[in-house]
Amino acid sequence: MTNMIATRDAYGEALRELGTINKDIVVLDADLSGSTKTITFKKEFPERFFNVGIAEQNLIGTAAGLAAAGKIPFASSFAMFATGRAFEIIRNSVCYPNLNVKIAATHAGLMVGEDGATHQALEDISIMRSLPNMVVLSPADGVEAKQCIYKAAEYDGPVYIRLGRSKVPVIFDEDYKFEIGKGVELKEGKDVTIIATGVMVEKALITADKLSEENISARVINMSTIKPIDKNIIIKAAKETKGIVTVEEHNIIGGLGSAVSEVVVENVPTYVEKIGTMDTFGESGNGNKLLEKYGLGVENIIKKSKKILSR
Amino acid sequence: MDKYKDLKTIANNMRINIIKMLSRAQSGHPGGSLSACEILATLYFKEMNIDPKNPHWEDRDRFVLSKGHGAPVLYAALAEKGYFSKEELKSLRKIDSMLQGHPDMKGTPGVDMTTGSLGQGLSAVNGMALAGKVDKKDYRVYALIGDGEVQEGIIWEAAMFAAHHKLDNITVFLDHNGLQIDGFNKDVMDIEPIDDKFKSFGWHVINIDGHSFEEIIKAIDEAKLTKGKPTMIIAKTIKGKGVSFMENQAGWHGKAPSEEETRKALDELGGGIID
Repeated sequence: MTNMIATRDAYGEALRELGTINKDIVVLDADLSGSTKTITFKKEFPERFFNVGIAEQNLIGTAAGLAAAGKIPFASSFAMFATGRAFEIIRNSVCYPNLNVKIAATHAGLMVGEDGATHQALEDISIMRSLPNMVVLSPADGVEAKQCIYKAAEYDGPVYIRLGRSKVPVIFDEDYKFEIGKGVELKEGKDVTIIATGVMVEKALITADKLSEENISARVINMSTIKPIDKNIIIKAAKETKGIVTVEEHNIIGGLGSAVSEVVVENVPTYVEKIGTMDTFGESGNGNKLLEKYGLGVENIIKKSKKILSR
Repeated sequence: MDKYKDLKTIANNMRINIIKMLSRAQSGHPGGSLSACEILATLYFKEMNIDPKNPHWEDRDRFVLSKGHGAPVLYAALAEKGYFSKEELKSLRKIDSMLQGHPDMKGTPGVDMTTGSLGQGLSAVNGMALAGKVDKKDYRVYALIGDGEVQEGIIWEAAMFAAHHKLDNITVFLDHNGLQIDGFNKDVMDIEPIDDKFKSFGWHVINIDGHSFEEIIKAIDEAKLTKGKPTMIIAKTIKGKGVSFMENQAGWHGKAPSEEETRKALDELGGGIID
């Protein structure tokens, strides 16, 4: 039985550990501490936890002020509201002055499920990536999520960390080493490359196994840093395989697929098939079934991989 | 003997520099800069515990110009205080200048927070005040917000927060000149009764004449003695104060004076000529 951990749970655990290690870490939440898991930090360090209420603009603005006074604030809410509602505060009060604010947002993507379209952030990578000074992280499982939080705390500057609600299979061993800005080749392959991020990495691995049954050799790359993107690993894949399929739980406009395409067209033009939501909103329903319905299932990744090979 | 003679001289010097800066830049916001000269002169020359030689000193009092378009009054105060040379004022709003159109904490010594997008400064003040409480430091955080600015929703998110967390190390001045770009507050979007609004949000509120040093100083002292609550000093001011043809004119919110107007303004302020 595969071990299942939600990346938000890994976040809570990392915060609790970091709270002891670094006294400058403070945590803010906007009335969702039970859901974002910042409650684990609140329980151990109540004097360094602040609830701003349902007020995401002030969540980010207050974090900016704390950072300006030397603290390392982690600000949390759902991805939709943390990045959407507060976008302009993130731009002008955090990124422009390059302040040391970490935005750890949970409940990203379709996997939010039953709450439906208003709560399914499918644009957050795109808008966060467009901000100068912002680092954008999108971990694939609980192990990587925890390391992302540690690295974000060490890094001096704004970081956006995209986390999920649902329990997802653990892919990495405890000795896995995450580095900001480094893509990781999880599976060798010479025919086609699948570059995935977040919870889609596991689906990419399943796809590669299925393709190998048909004697198709698919390379799988985990792109957990969307910005700064690992150009070298993309250029290498573009040169060594026939094309790239990108997979993300996000709109195909502006996210991982766009970031990979930008690198490819400027360096080694090749075909890129983008899998994500097709410029549409989601809806209520079971998370995994939504992934299937919106073309994020293994079947579609197989189809797009074969499309690359048939070109 | 006028006991505020020195502060008056400083405020007048600041006004002269505001006019010169905007005249050279040929853009910027004179009205809301001129209305806040007495407040900033008092903060920077009488009140705040600061060291121009060490602008990042951890224990310093902070000042956030939440109405960031008032940058010229802040730059005039900082230059007067010695954070940088008055020569720098000539470069306001020009390419490669450290004096951006709106305050930039990374580029300008003495600027404690990057502002310009209205409303955000008050949230930053919360964060700074909170950090002071967490670290048990006794520095105070001062801010200036505009009256049009309180129409922003984030102001009320921040106001609720400051009172809830009992941030009594916060003193905010509301530069209440009654005007915003499109006209009088009462015609654009009425903010009154503004004192009752802040009181009901849990703030200690003081109403003063924002051009009276005596009242400004008294209000700051009262704020320091107020425990368990942030203080909002509603300072009744005159937009464009000190330059007759700019006073109480919405048209002077964001317009630079012509050569002729500059000469007239400097005449009134006894500021000589533009060099």
